[in-house]
Amino acid sequence: MTTTSKLIHGYEVVIGFETHAQLATQSKIFSRAPIAFGAEPNTQACAVDLALPGTLPVMNREAVACAIRLGLALGSHIAPVSIFARKNYFYPDLPKGYQISQFEIPVVQGGEVGFFLGDEKKTVRLVRAHLEEDAGKSLHEDFIGQSGIDLNRAGTPLLEIVTEPDMRSSAEAVAYAKELHKIVTWIGICDGNMQEGSFRCDANVSVRKPGAPLGTRREIKNLNSFKFMQQAIDYEIRWQIDQIEDGHAIQQATVLFDPDTGETRAMRTKEDAADYRYFPDPDLPPLHISEQWVQTERALMAELPRSMAARFVADYGLPEYDATTLTQSKAMAAYFEAAAKACGQPKLASNWIMGEVSKWLNAVEDYSFEKFTEFVPAKNLGALITRIVDKTISNSAGKTVFVELTHAPGTAFDSALDYVDDIIESKGLKQMNDTGALEKIIDEVIAANADNVAQFRAGKDKAFNALVGQIMKASKGKANPQQVNDLLRAKLAG
Amino acid sequence: MTNSTQALHDLGVSELAAGLRSKQFSAVEAAQHFLARAQAHQNLGAYVALNEDATLAQARAADARIAAGTAGALEGVPIAHKDIFVTKAFPSTAGSRMLAGYQSPFDATVVTKLAEAGAVTLGKLNCDEFAMGSANENSAVAPVGFDAPAPVRNPWATDRIPGGSSGGSAVAVAARLAPAVTGTDTGGSIRQPASFCGITGIKPTYGRASRYGMIAFASSLDQAGPMARSAEDCALLLSAMCGPDPDRDSTSLDVPAEDFSAQLNDSIDGLRIGIPAEFFGEGLAPDVRAAVDAALKEYEKLGAKLVPISLPRTELSIPVYYIIAPAEASSNLSRFDGVKFGHRAKHYTDLVDMYKKTRAEGFGDEVKRRIMIGAYVLSHGYYDAYYLQAQKIRRMIADDFQNAFKSCDVIAGPVAPTVAWKLGEHGNDPLADYLADIFTLPASLAGLPGMSVPAGFGEGGMPVGLQLIGNYFEESRLLNTAHRLQQATDFHLRQPGGL
Repeated sequence: MTTTSKLIHGYEVVIGFETHAQLATQSKIFSRAPIAFGAEPNTQACAVDLALPGTLPVMNREAVACAIRLGLALGSHIAPVSIFARKNYFYPDLPKGYQISQFEIPVVQGGEVGFFLGDEKKTVRLVRAHLEEDAGKSLHEDFIGQSGIDLNRAGTPLLEIVTEPDMRSSAEAVAYAKELHKIVTWIGICDGNMQEGSFRCDANVSVRKPGAPLGTRREIKNLNSFKFMQQAIDYEIRWQIDQIEDGHAIQQATVLFDPDTGETRAMRTKEDAADYRYFPDPDLPPLHISEQWVQTERALMAELPRSMAARFVADYGLPEYDATTLTQSKAMAAYFEAAAKACGQPKLASNWIMGEVSKWLNAVEDYSFEKFTEFVPAKNLGALITRIVDKTISNSAGKTVFVELTHAPGTAFDSALDYVDDIIESKGLKQMNDTGALEKIIDEVIAANADNVAQFRAGKDKAFNALVGQIMKASKGKANPQQVNDLLRAKLAG
Repeated sequence: MTNSTQALHDLGVSELAAGLRSKQFSAVEAAQHFLARAQAHQNLGAYVALNEDATLAQARAADARIAAGTAGALEGVPIAHKDIFVTKAFPSTAGSRMLAGYQSPFDATVVTKLAEAGAVTLGKLNCDEFAMGSANENSAVAPVGFDAPAPVRNPWATDRIPGGSSGGSAVAVAARLAPAVTGTDTGGSIRQPASFCGITGIKPTYGRASRYGMIAFASSLDQAGPMARSAEDCALLLSAMCGPDPDRDSTSLDVPAEDFSAQLNDSIDGLRIGIPAEFFGEGLAPDVRAAVDAALKEYEKLGAKLVPISLPRTELSIPVYYIIAPAEASSNLSRFDGVKFGHRAKHYTDLVDMYKKTRAEGFGDEVKRRIMIGAYVLSHGYYDAYYLQAQKIRRMIADDFQNAFKSCDVIAGPVAPTVAWKLGEHGNDPLADYLADIFTLPASLAGLPGMSVPAGFGEGGMPVGLQLIGNYFEESRLLNTAHRLQQATDFHLRQPGGL
């Protein structure tokens, strides 16, 4: 679905994703044991999670609600009937000897994730998203000659979200993962904590000559940071191209990324692939989802990022790029709306948020947008924009005011405008609208820069800009740049 | 003992309940009496676990409730559970070395419900390992009084098998070591041993009784039910056992519990009894056929009409069952891996070796055989040809029954092709056991209620059971049909000699 794909050494990269999103439910998917990260080992597992003889699974409706919400958010088909299946394999942290998952008929079918890569719009199609339970954890390090088993995580609800192989670069893959991460956290079905494993990605990577059939893929497992994701995929692409260039065929394999070496290494090849003996779980009847249930979840859901973006385009006249960027998080979108309303200038509010605000946030380590909004309430940014629009200050002076605003919310002032005006006053940033004073400065600058004047008259435009710069400097940034332009041009012509 | 002319063990459940409520004897006396009989007849191998302290504590509590006037329907009535139900007061082994001495931290829902009705648990009863078997010759657990696994003996002829898998359950009732017991039926495991031991047993509609706490064999088939001497007693237990359990068993049906005793005495005049031709073919032994025919004649005398019907896929039920049940079992038994509970091999070199040795040591031959069959039919490349095909035919078998019920109200026929065979007779021929399940498998695959009612005696004086199959949720009609026969006959009152 990509419009262009950059070739690397003549190869096209093909990437598909499988993402495990841990669902933010109160209890496990098939038992009533609680879910809490970091509890003492084996304190969050009940008889059902331990697979004690005689225990049976009972579906947690909260987990189904999460699946419905994801389906609604991604424009998927929500299956009115889906089937739970058993995936059979032996492992010590898999208490039943099988994992309950969905195989032939998953709950969420189709759908897509749209996002911008730079200013290019991309769409990644989903194959499916299915409900399943997580396994426990094997702890190999803490016990000499033995392994510890912690079943706290066993039975934790997951949605496995599977894409078509639609991505054509590591950058696009990371952008997709970020967008999906945004959506699942936005709709509140996943806390998105990648370090704790709440959002884990597996990337299926292959390369091919343009127009050739799909190459053999290798699956990079458990990518739990966007940074490693990019590194791992880039390494994998180079490795595969090198192999092929050296005349080796790629073997289908599952690989792990080692952040210390920056390399991927194979865990198992296709020859070791287990036969999971999938069959419908006879302990669980088919999962029925009524249209009414879907409508209930729809009504409970907050406005989705993409419909919000569409509204920003329609109601505020924003370009699609702005609207998509501003809907990266609920907090940012809400901030934009409030700022736009405070100043009546949606496009300027958008420019400021995507420009100065983002720049400032990026420069500060570990600073969330939520925290930012506490220091700079939207009405303050709105007041700042108001003062630029009414020409009280220049745009560049506005940047100085903004930095001041980030120091305190100014709650002592009666209004945000009072607060902004106070900063303008105390910093002496008021724009010079007195033509007489400005003309005086211009005359002085012309007199002191005869070289530039001569060059301008000889046809060098650059010299004009140098003069404007001198004038702005002499006015301490208070001059209106447009006014300076007009007056200077008139004087030089005269 | 009271001054009653009958011994306590000769009383049925309703008589015991009445005697307890009217304080003719106490729950403690009743429990002690049956515990003493269980000890005295331990050569039959029926019980695998007794816990006198626990039993008497339950009995004292029952006596207190009787004294307080808060007695439940089964208050103080001693019963025993097939060792496939997990219990807190007794070990739960499923007849397997894998679970030798296993102690469950919770009670099965059926166990809880019967306890809530006031029943007192005497102990746990022998069964085939993980309920896999038709003769109870597959138990790997030593019965009470034995140091090693020992045969479970049919009280009517102790050199014969009691049937399976609820063999210990049937023996306990037939030998009057308990007035009533629980069993489970996956492919006939209540009906066939009931038939072989001359008692009454009913498997309700799949989903009527919760499976929570029943150690799973084949999830889509397993169903709990009572076994007792009469239909009347079965009705009392069944009323207490059934009911929805939505928080613990997703396959339990949202159908309220019923008073299954209410229709016992209804007239069966005009009842249409369907007689499936396929149940009366070549394989049916003449002695069994004679007893079944006689019982059907009795029904005609009671005003019922015999209607010829066809269940054309009866023979297919054997391959279908022996694909689906092992498939589910192979997966259900994966949890027995030596990691968390149950048996673990003492010596092993690594994880895979631990799995292999643990399971090789923990499971018996029949269980291993079914795990292998099950893993095979589910494996890649075979799934469609076996498992999927079996599921399709299973649906057709269920459709055949619905077609038959258009022209009849209940279906009657033999429970098994022969009477109980000799211990060891089938030797190493598991297929002989499989084929003997032919008449019980169809109702199991369709999820229909079915029961076995004593209908006379055949070769060697061995009991013969009549099978009654009803439509979904028609347990009351089945029990009514059985009860009317028992009002007219005394087969269910006969008891084996030497006890």
